[in-house]
Amino acid sequence: MNAIVKVENVGMAFETKKGSFVALKDVNLQIRTGEVVSLIGHSGCGKSTLLNLIAGLTLPTSGVMLCNGREIAGPGPERAVVFQNHSLLPWLNCFENVYLAVERVFSAKEGKEALRARTHAALEMVHMGHAAQKLPHEISGGMKQRIGIARAFAMEPKILLMDEPFGALDALTRAALQDELIGVMEKTGATVVMVTHDVDEAVLLSDRVVMMTNGPAATIGEILEVKLEKPRNRLQLAHDPHFAECRAAILEFLYQKQMKKAA
Amino acid sequence: MTTATLTSGLMAVRPEADATPVKETDMAATSAATPALVSTPDNSVSFGEHFSNFIRAVLPPLIGFALVIGLWALVAMKSADFPSPAKTLDAAVVLFSDPFYQNGPNDQGIGWNILSSLKRVAIGFGFAALVGIPMGFIIGRFAFMNSMLEPIISILRPVSPLAWLPIGLMVFKAADPASTWTIFICSIWPMILNTAQGVQRVPQDYLNVARVLNLSEFRIITKILFPSVLPYMLTGIRLSIGTAWLVIVAAEMLTGGVGIGFWVWDEWNNLKVEHILIAIFVIGIVGLLLEYLLLLIARRFSYGTN
Ligand SMILES: Nc1ncnc2c1ncn2[C@@H]1O[C@H](COP(=O)(O)OP(=O)(O)O)[C@@H](O)[C@H]1O
Ligand SMILES: [Mg+2]
Repeated sequence: MNAIVKVENVGMAFETKKGSFVALKDVNLQIRTGEVVSLIGHSGCGKSTLLNLIAGLTLPTSGVMLCNGREIAGPGPERAVVFQNHSLLPWLNCFENVYLAVERVFSAKEGKEALRARTHAALEMVHMGHAAQKLPHEISGGMKQRIGIARAFAMEPKILLMDEPFGALDALTRAALQDELIGVMEKTGATVVMVTHDVDEAVLLSDRVVMMTNGPAATIGEILEVKLEKPRNRLQLAHDPHFAECRAAILEFLYQKQMKKAA
Repeated sequence: MTTATLTSGLMAVRPEADATPVKETDMAATSAATPALVSTPDNSVSFGEHFSNFIRAVLPPLIGFALVIGLWALVAMKSADFPSPAKTLDAAVVLFSDPFYQNGPNDQGIGWNILSSLKRVAIGFGFAALVGIPMGFIIGRFAFMNSMLEPIISILRPVSPLAWLPIGLMVFKAADPASTWTIFICSIWPMILNTAQGVQRVPQDYLNVARVLNLSEFRIITKILFPSVLPYMLTGIRLSIGTAWLVIVAAEMLTGGVGIGFWVWDEWNNLKVEHILIAIFVIGIVGLLLEYLLLLIARRFSYGTN
């Protein structure tokens, strides 16, 4: 399998007022084209830090990060990010928010009409065509997150990075958006790296679950392969023995091997 | 993009300003914020209830005004120089029945005086915006410029704009541009500082969006920087128009010509104290209207927080 992203011996230290804080140490990870990987670990272990490194929003203090064989020197549209708080621009309506991304990526090759068509298609994909003209503060949190996902997918990135995309949503909205995401990933065959702290979400969506040890100096503890048929259906999975095994393995890692010291 | 790491020495209060990414818990808290209370119009509210609401809204200010006027009447009774409310009202009726008469340069209606003061404010203010807003952007965006200009601004800002009046008289050799000049000086600081603050406070999330989308500098300015700085800029403008209106009265007293400040001084020389009292009300009301106008504009450009 060819790896689209390679993380080799990566370390990340932050300069703080109390001196240097080592968040990540010796992280090694390869992400293959077309797979869905989730990063799971206790809060504050460094999941976002790792994701931001892949996004290029921050640069590692040691080690090498490669995307398509080239060193990651900064962010780029081939690595789209869905932010946890959706980060839609409040002064642009939903259409314009997505259009901004589409325009940047495709305007060199395509005319205005094609760009608009792309934007509409992206909004339809997440079933938000009806809200195209609404401003972000006029729609619900789940809807905003859908627009954020549409914006990221509309860029046709090589890899999609999501930092707890559904973290701020209630359980029902969350399930609806997970199903939505399963559909979109099925359609596009996207490579996805997703941060989550929800065990079920990790198993439901991913091909591999990367479990991180507690910080400081966090690293990858275990990697679990989820060998469940795709597309997955949450109702059927509830009775699947392998689903239960995967769940148990992650829970064991999180709550026995990486038991949080009384926080 | 360097904005995120800029430090601000300029701003006095920047409690939450920090370029570190917002913590997840905060995010969850803000995104899951409960919708604001919406009061649904209730048709069953009785007339009596409406009436009592109206009374509750209107009565206290009325009592306040009544007390002030009563006190004023009392003072007027004791003092020979001080005109009574009734006498002042009579004078006001006369003044406002012909606000736009013109009997030569030194005797013009109160309307003309107000308008020429407003014109000076508008011109000085416009130049201040023209210079101050771009300067605020530069200071906010480049740490070097911030550290270079911060000490200078810190020294100049507390200086009364009237101290600059002689400089204006010297440079422009005329009273009118000199008082406009003081308006320029007093308006420019809030504009620079608030714009700079706005630029430094552009949320890191939006800048990250810009970085991930790899937006051009032009798009960053038009789609991200300008819209998110606009509310700060409008605050700066609102603060400066308040001070500008304070300063113009004083500046005109010193320079003469046509204008509400000069008019106050002139009426003092004529010993028409009732006109001075009218001028005080007029100045207050015009200032209030200016402030209100800018609040309306600011509201138009405040996007719902999401
Ligand atoms: N910019 C920063 N400066 C200093 N410390 C940071 C910074 N970003 C993250 N950290 C620290 O690194 C650790 C990992 O953070 P993060 O990746 O956000 O954790 P999480 O797994 O919850 O996403 C935390 O202890 C956090 O305090
Ligand atoms: Mg995180």
